[in-house]
Amino acid sequence: MARQFFSPEAYGTKISTYQLLPFRFTRLNGREILVNECGEFLFAPVGTVESLVGRKLDTTSDLYASLRSRQFVTDHSSSAHLDLLATKYRTKHEFLLGSTKLHIFVVTLKCDHSCLYCQVSRQTAEHDEYDMSYRTAEKSVDLMMGSPSEEVTLELQGGESLLAFEKVKFIVGLAKEKAAGLGKNLQIVLTTNLANVNDEILDFLKKESILVSTSLDGPAYIHNANRPRPGNNSHEITVQNIDRCRAVLGQDRVSALMTTTRLSLQHPIEIIDEYVRLGFHSVFLRPISPYGFAIRTAKKIGYETDAFLEFYKKGLAHILELNRNGYFISEVYTKILLTKILTPHGTGYVDLQSPAGAGFNVLIYNYDGDVYVSDESRMLAEMGDTTFRIGNVHRHSRRELFKGEPFVSLMDAYCNQSLPGCSDCAFQSYCGSDPIFNYATQGDPVGHRATSAFCKRNMEVIKHIFGLLAEGDPVTLRILWGWLTNRDQKEMSEELPA
Amino acid sequence: MRLVTAGVPISLGRAVVGIVSTHPVAATERGKRILVTHNLDGTDLTGYRGILTTADKSAARFHVPVVHKVREIDHLLDGYIVALEPTTGFVRTVYRPDSEHNILFATERCNSNCLMCSQPPQDRDDADGLTARNLELIELLDPPPNYLCITGGEPTLLGQRLLTLIAALRDKLPSTTVHMLSNGRLFAWPEFTQAFAEVGHPSFSIGIPLYSDLATAHDYVVQARGAFDQTIMGLHQLARWGQRIEIRVVLHALTTRRLAQLAEFIYRNLTFVDHIALMGLETIGYTPRNLDRLWIDPKDYQAELLDAVEILRLRGMNVSIYNHQLCVLDRSLWKFAKKSISDWKNIYLDECNGCGMRDHCGGFFQWATKLHSAHIHAIHC
Repeated sequence: MARQFFSPEAYGTKISTYQLLPFRFTRLNGREILVNECGEFLFAPVGTVESLVGRKLDTTSDLYASLRSRQFVTDHSSSAHLDLLATKYRTKHEFLLGSTKLHIFVVTLKCDHSCLYCQVSRQTAEHDEYDMSYRTAEKSVDLMMGSPSEEVTLELQGGESLLAFEKVKFIVGLAKEKAAGLGKNLQIVLTTNLANVNDEILDFLKKESILVSTSLDGPAYIHNANRPRPGNNSHEITVQNIDRCRAVLGQDRVSALMTTTRLSLQHPIEIIDEYVRLGFHSVFLRPISPYGFAIRTAKKIGYETDAFLEFYKKGLAHILELNRNGYFISEVYTKILLTKILTPHGTGYVDLQSPAGAGFNVLIYNYDGDVYVSDESRMLAEMGDTTFRIGNVHRHSRRELFKGEPFVSLMDAYCNQSLPGCSDCAFQSYCGSDPIFNYATQGDPVGHRATSAFCKRNMEVIKHIFGLLAEGDPVTLRILWGWLTNRDQKEMSEELPA
Repeated sequence: MRLVTAGVPISLGRAVVGIVSTHPVAATERGKRILVTHNLDGTDLTGYRGILTTADKSAARFHVPVVHKVREIDHLLDGYIVALEPTTGFVRTVYRPDSEHNILFATERCNSNCLMCSQPPQDRDDADGLTARNLELIELLDPPPNYLCITGGEPTLLGQRLLTLIAALRDKLPSTTVHMLSNGRLFAWPEFTQAFAEVGHPSFSIGIPLYSDLATAHDYVVQARGAFDQTIMGLHQLARWGQRIEIRVVLHALTTRRLAQLAEFIYRNLTFVDHIALMGLETIGYTPRNLDRLWIDPKDYQAELLDAVEILRLRGMNVSIYNHQLCVLDRSLWKFAKKSISDWKNIYLDECNGCGMRDHCGGFFQWATKLHSAHIHAIHC
């Protein structure tokens, strides 16, 4: 029997009815932007959603085709798109697999710095009263290794972690032994101001393949103002010791974080240039947390959010310019959001997730054995509010931590899918829930979006990023994708059409 | 290049596959050899796997399989492997050691009916015969080739026999890289894909076509309703088992219009694929019959092609352009162009004389003499 050919109509091009899939939308720069459950987005003419929902959209149009292709609607022509949507939803939420991955140990509260924004009530005492005891360390490691995740990260912080170096060594040894026994992949990060680094410590860090995370707030006049210490030479010491660490551990084994203070706000360019001068290839334009000493100024947050956004936008423009001129440097927060917006993947960044990362993806083990869902919740406790203390390593099992009243009572506010003001937000898929921030700034974990600094900042940053994407400058796009694929502009021009 | 000839079979009960020898060889080496000669007179034929001759031997009797009165044998070189077919007397060259483009032809059957199929399917059950031929061929490949391509028709229609074939490749030719061209539809069945993956060939990849981000458009091009859904599910099943996958997009009037959307769709939904090949149209097989729906001068889709390559490369996906001539390809895309046309069907045109880029250009399919871009010209560097 001879085969024959059939017309396009035989393959279902006539669409008589369609079903909507979950999506949210808003107006942005004279267009509508539609975002679906997995973060796929589409810019469309104003009025698109109304005609789509009213079943008035021309199903033979290119717009309808794209809405179908990106899983905003489905019809009888294909069942695969629903399976794809399900697969992508799972991919986006892979951070939930295995539960808690990041385990932060507060090995001591002692610190030689007295930073303006410090989230802990630091201790200057010489004795060990504020160090984690060996017994607490053992219990904490046990609890950490009880996490179902095959990939676990141990972050050792303070206070100043290296003021309790013996405890650091003990915890590292114990964690490695237990991880090996359980077949877990263990990554270890040491958070330190580097002031107390010496050869013995460096040898240890190298031998144990430990990553170093330090603080660098910019050039000396900003850094030293933000981070006072006796001698007022924190910047000099930090820079010296970054070099020393790199020489022993390797260039890419040391990273730096900055915190934006009121003083920093005036100097985005200078801060970024300092990172470039020191050979860093990423910088995190990180707002100050409304905790610790900073919380007293909560009423000024509205103003500060605007000021921070201006700082961020100026900084990002400068960073893009640096990349244009051949120096590869990414902005960490932008990269996190770009991953959510442009790729099928999620991120492990615990401060912008839904369900919130606090507890599910990060746990804090305090020096005294108390367990918190985030560093910020530990800070609240230091200020006398133990709402987010979910237990103690000496008294509670992992199951008890997660089933106890303190944690369960937070659950209502954990998913932005069900938070007022978030549930219908176009950018919900890219954003997260931060019940601790809400509680600290607005008095309850659910919070109020209209006056939320978290909401305002993320809305504006996301809109700014979409502005860049919509502008579509080819070089900017190559820079942003270069961040996501770890390629500099030289590599991009070699690997892309000339 | 001639790959098939025919003669009249004598005492050829079943298909015979053997290695061409144009000169008599010692008795101990004849078991795998097919002696190819114009003149048999005085030659001892004992022990050969078969004999091919242009001579008329109607009067003679043989104790080895013979095809005589063969129209043409001069294209058969020492070391080539040929298959002699009973009844028809066809003599097919199934392997050339001097080529990088050798194939295992799995079947002529197909469950799709693509508008631009270069090798239109035949609705007859050839699977057992071809599988036997391919298994024999695999036994004869020494030294092993660097590369083999399993093609058809649709190889997965072989079912269990495909797994047998791949297991033979795994065991006999472990160093040979194997690429299989499949429409991917049958991989939608999880049990089949699992069994396929469990064969565990060390160096195997599958090229699977995808023509649109929309089921309706893809199904129309492949002339099979539901094919898009099956192929997509097949791709995901293959990914689940960690298989190496290439997506193949044949470029023509029906596939180029939404090429950018297809590129984004592949990244978002099929991020796991190892390579994407954007391929020029072959004007053979079904294509001439459907030319009014398919033809677009490659010059006229350069903008769409450039967009698609930019989108895929931005996202770090590997992409190549096959079957295109450099003189019609946007210059910024040259670095993605591969010399992809198999040697036996690869030609250049008169217009190519004096072209400074000819050595770097993939040229044409031999059937392009009839139809090709109107913009072919020599490039003067």
